[in-house]
Amino acid sequence: MVQFFIDNFPLLRDAFLKTLELSVLAGLLALVLGTLLAAFRVSPILPLRGLATFYVETFRNTPLTVVFFFIIFGLPQIDFAVGFFTGAVLAVGLYTAAFVCEAVRSGINAVPPGQAEAARALGLTFGQSLREVVLPQAFRTVIPPLGNVLIAMVKNTSIAAGFAVTELTASLQRLSNANGGEILLVLLAVVAGYMLITLPAAYVVSRVERRVAILR
Amino acid sequence: MTDRPTGEPLVRLSGVNKWFGDLHVLQDIDLTIDRGEVVVVIGPSGSGKSTLCRAINRLEAIQDGEITIDGQRLPDEGKELARLRSDVGMVFQSFNLFAHKTVLQNVTLGPTTVRKQSRTEAEKRARELLDRVGVGHQADKVPAQLSGGQQQRVAIARALAMDPKVMLFDEPTSALDPEMINEVLEVMTALAHDGMTMVVVTHEMGFARRAANRVVFMDAGRIVESATPETFFTNPTSDRAKDFLSKILNH
Repeated sequence: MVQFFIDNFPLLRDAFLKTLELSVLAGLLALVLGTLLAAFRVSPILPLRGLATFYVETFRNTPLTVVFFFIIFGLPQIDFAVGFFTGAVLAVGLYTAAFVCEAVRSGINAVPPGQAEAARALGLTFGQSLREVVLPQAFRTVIPPLGNVLIAMVKNTSIAAGFAVTELTASLQRLSNANGGEILLVLLAVVAGYMLITLPAAYVVSRVERRVAILR
Repeated sequence: MTDRPTGEPLVRLSGVNKWFGDLHVLQDIDLTIDRGEVVVVIGPSGSGKSTLCRAINRLEAIQDGEITIDGQRLPDEGKELARLRSDVGMVFQSFNLFAHKTVLQNVTLGPTTVRKQSRTEAEKRARELLDRVGVGHQADKVPAQLSGGQQQRVAIARALAMDPKVMLFDEPTSALDPEMINEVLEVMTALAHDGMTMVVVTHEMGFARRAANRVVFMDAGRIVESATPETFFTNPTSDRAKDFLSKILNH
C-alpha cells in the first residue's frame, strides 16, 4: 500500500496541484465577475440590470458540462480557441460567477435600505455608496453562502477531467485503469485531495465570518 | 429670533406634487425657506411631512413641480444630484449610521470620498464636530455600542462635516427613549442659534417654540398653515390645526 503511494505520488501531486490551480483561478474569476454582476443587478441603469439578469439566467440554467463543451469546442468555431486548461478555468469561473452574483445580491438586499440612503444623502454617487457602504456590509452576511458556492465549485472542477485536464478526477480514472486491484486506495487518495482543498477553505470561511461579524 | 433670516431664498418648492400609487401625498406644495431660517414642519402622521422633507434632497422623486436649492434646480439621478446632495445635510429618524464603520469613520467618509479631503484633515474636523455634539470620547467605537441619543448626535456631526447649506431633520427624536430626546434637541437648538438653515420634521413642540422661525402645519398632503411659532401655537387659524393642537398640547 505504501509502495503504491510512493510509486504514484508524482501523478497524484501534479493532479492535486492542477485541481488547486484550477480552483483558485476559477474562484478568483467567479468572485470578481460575480460581484460586478451583482452590482449591475442592483444598478439604477436598466440595460446593466438586463444584461446581468440575462447572464445569470443563462449560466445558472445550463449544465456545467454543456458550458465546457461550448467553451472548448464551440468557441473555436467562431475563431476563438482556448487551451484545455484555460477553457476549464473559463467554464468553471463563468459558471460559478452566476451563483456568486446571486449570493452577493442576496447580501446586498439584506443591508438595511437606510444605509444606502444615508450614503446618498451625504453626496456619494451610486458606485461610491455601493463600494464604501453597501458591499462591505453585504459581504459579511454573504460569507457562509459564498463558502458553499466555492466548495461546490471546487468539486465542479472535476468536470475538467473529461476535457483533457489532468486534475484529481482524471488521475482517478488513470490510476484505477492501471491498478484495478487498488481502486479503493485510489479513491481514498483522490477524496483526500479534494478535502485538502475544501476543508481548509471551509475553516477559513468560518474564521473570516467570525472576524468580520458586525454589531447591529 | 424672528428677525434673523436674511430674506434670501435658499430652498424653494413650487407646485410640488407627488403620488404613491393612488395616494396623493404632496399636493401643490409651495414653500420657500430663506437662508438662516429654521422651519419646523408638524402635522399628523400620514400628512406628508416626512415625504416633503425627503423630497428636498430627492430621496423621494416628485412627479410634478420644481424644487431649487440655492437657485439650482434639483437634477435627476447622477453625479449632479450627488453633488447637490452633498450640500444638503440629512438626519434620519433611525440614525442610519454606517454599521461597519467607527464613529470617526462615519464622520470622515463624506469629506474624504466626496470632498476629496485628506484623511488627517477630515479626522481633525471630525473630532472637533464630535466634541461639539458631545460624543468626542466615543470616536473609536462602532455605532451599535452607542445609545440612540449618542448615535443621533454622531449622525448630526456626520452631516455637519460636509458644511451643508441646509440641514434636513426627518423626525430626529422619534426613535429615541424620552431621556435621550433632550440631548439631541439641545444640539439642534445650538445649531439653530448658530445660524444654520434647518427644516425639521418633528413632534417636539417645545423645540418648535424655542428654535423655529416658522411653523408649517401639514395635513393630508397640503400645507394648511404657515406662521411664526407664537402665532401658530396661541392663535391658529385653521380648524384642522386647532384640533391637532388641542390633541397634543392638553396632556
